[in-house]
Amino acid sequence: MSCYDTLTDYGLRSIGIGERLLPKTDITLCDQFVLIGSGMIWNVYFAVFAMLLGFGLATLVAVGKASQNPWAAIPAKAFIFIFRGSPLFIQFFLAYEIFVLIPKVGIDINLGFATITAETRWLTKAWLGAVIVLFLNTSAYSGEIFYGALRAIPKGDIEAADAFGMSGFRKFRRIIWPAMLRLAWPSYTNEAIFMFHATTLVFFSGFPAWRQSGDALYYANYFADKTFNPFISYPIIAVYFVSFTLVIIALFGWGNKRLNRHIAPEQKIRFRFKPQFIR
Amino acid sequence: MEMCADPSTLDGINWWMCYLTTGKHQSFYLSFGTVLLLLAFTAPVVMVLGFGGAMARKSKILPLRWFGLGYTNIVRGVPDIIFFLFVPIAMDQGIEYLRHQVKCPDVLEPIRQGNDFVVCTAAKMPLGTSAQWVHEVYGFTLALIAFALVFGAFAANTLYGAMNAVPRAQLETAEAFGMTDRQVFWRIQVKQMWVYALPGLSNLWMILIKATPLLFLLGVEDIVYWARELGGSKTTRFAYPHPDWRLYYFAFLLVFYLFMTWGSEKVFARITKRLSHGQATVGAGA
Repeated sequence: MSCYDTLTDYGLRSIGIGERLLPKTDITLCDQFVLIGSGMIWNVYFAVFAMLLGFGLATLVAVGKASQNPWAAIPAKAFIFIFRGSPLFIQFFLAYEIFVLIPKVGIDINLGFATITAETRWLTKAWLGAVIVLFLNTSAYSGEIFYGALRAIPKGDIEAADAFGMSGFRKFRRIIWPAMLRLAWPSYTNEAIFMFHATTLVFFSGFPAWRQSGDALYYANYFADKTFNPFISYPIIAVYFVSFTLVIIALFGWGNKRLNRHIAPEQKIRFRFKPQFIR
Repeated sequence: MEMCADPSTLDGINWWMCYLTTGKHQSFYLSFGTVLLLLAFTAPVVMVLGFGGAMARKSKILPLRWFGLGYTNIVRGVPDIIFFLFVPIAMDQGIEYLRHQVKCPDVLEPIRQGNDFVVCTAAKMPLGTSAQWVHEVYGFTLALIAFALVFGAFAANTLYGAMNAVPRAQLETAEAFGMTDRQVFWRIQVKQMWVYALPGLSNLWMILIKATPLLFLLGVEDIVYWARELGGSKTTRFAYPHPDWRLYYFAFLLVFYLFMTWGSEKVFARITKRLSHGQATVGAGA
């Protein structure tokens, strides 16, 4: 079997398209490259959705924690403390147990033009359950980052906004929020890298891989077990992760440039690779 | 306890007393010790590796500098769980390979036969005949090495940054006093770097605490293992039948970890206050 055939058979294996059976004997280097790469689809999926959803909640949590109102500040602080103070690994286990215990019911959602049925049993599947856990987790970490940035906004910016007669939501949207993002961006980049790396925990902690469709680490581990040789599959997944990390740095670097475009060159904030691993 | 002899006759508080003191529960309580043991052993090794890595990155010898840079960047650029899976099995195979070369030089068959890794019986590590505890200690040691390697890279980065954060004027003053490079390094730079390293190190400690449940993935019988084992539903064939209680066991672990991080935060706040005494940093209020 040529490597091209392997690619068409196994390229989308992790999302259930293509050959069902995994190679068991005569595992080639190409098999390993293709299947581990196929598993990366899951890692990207988890990271993208958790980050997109988490961005919104993180802003809310940060504003909540900085708020004078105890009804907003205390829940925000507790949320951050619980999700930052405990290991993500345990959070996955715990969430999975909760999801399993939730009664299995379908909820009809009327969209006007069509009705879809949201079923609670989806929560026990990685595509939904794991995204929810990662979303809450990244919201807590990003919320703390944003909170730190909120407190570091130069007083002059806010005074200038007041002088222009801005108040309430307009001041927040035009002045505070962009300044917060600009200050938080380098740390937020690290958070994104970290979140991406944390997606490897999904299939190792509670969420079962359905029909052997797992993420990159699931396949790397499968090959290491099957061939009893860790020196091939693990370096391959390492190469994948390093290259995807570089992509994240490039994408966020573009964002950083945009956020800093009005700032004098010597005051621009630079990104430094400093991820905080493992939660 | 005597009253626990026949659990089916117990109810209420007695049932709980007996249930929570079974042999398996005692193993569960002891496994918290395993976690603390791992932390206690790993932390000093991490510091040594971190210091070594930081010195390698500062070294005047180019290959050593490359090694330091490579070590810190590769470990940080790859998800740590990959290292936790890779290092123990790689170490295990490496050790067995070397022992095979030394102990059985007359066996000529290749060690890698297709999908198998075959070494002679005498080269097995630990030996098939050794006691159970030897296997457990060996497994724990491999896990410890994996943890130390990963966190050593983080510590190296933190310490390297801290060494560079010591004000240049301090070092120049020392040079002006006629100190040699080595004296400047040990007497001034290393003495002063701790206050700069502390935020990074405290963060690292928190991460280390939160990484301990990964021991479970390495096959060590840690708290996660026992929580799953004990929490799973038990039919009436067992002495203490109960439905699926894993949720409560994991909730207990969550509280344990929250308590650990909360306590550590308090301790580090105190150390920071002490170390910043007399330093012109924000922490000291100067």
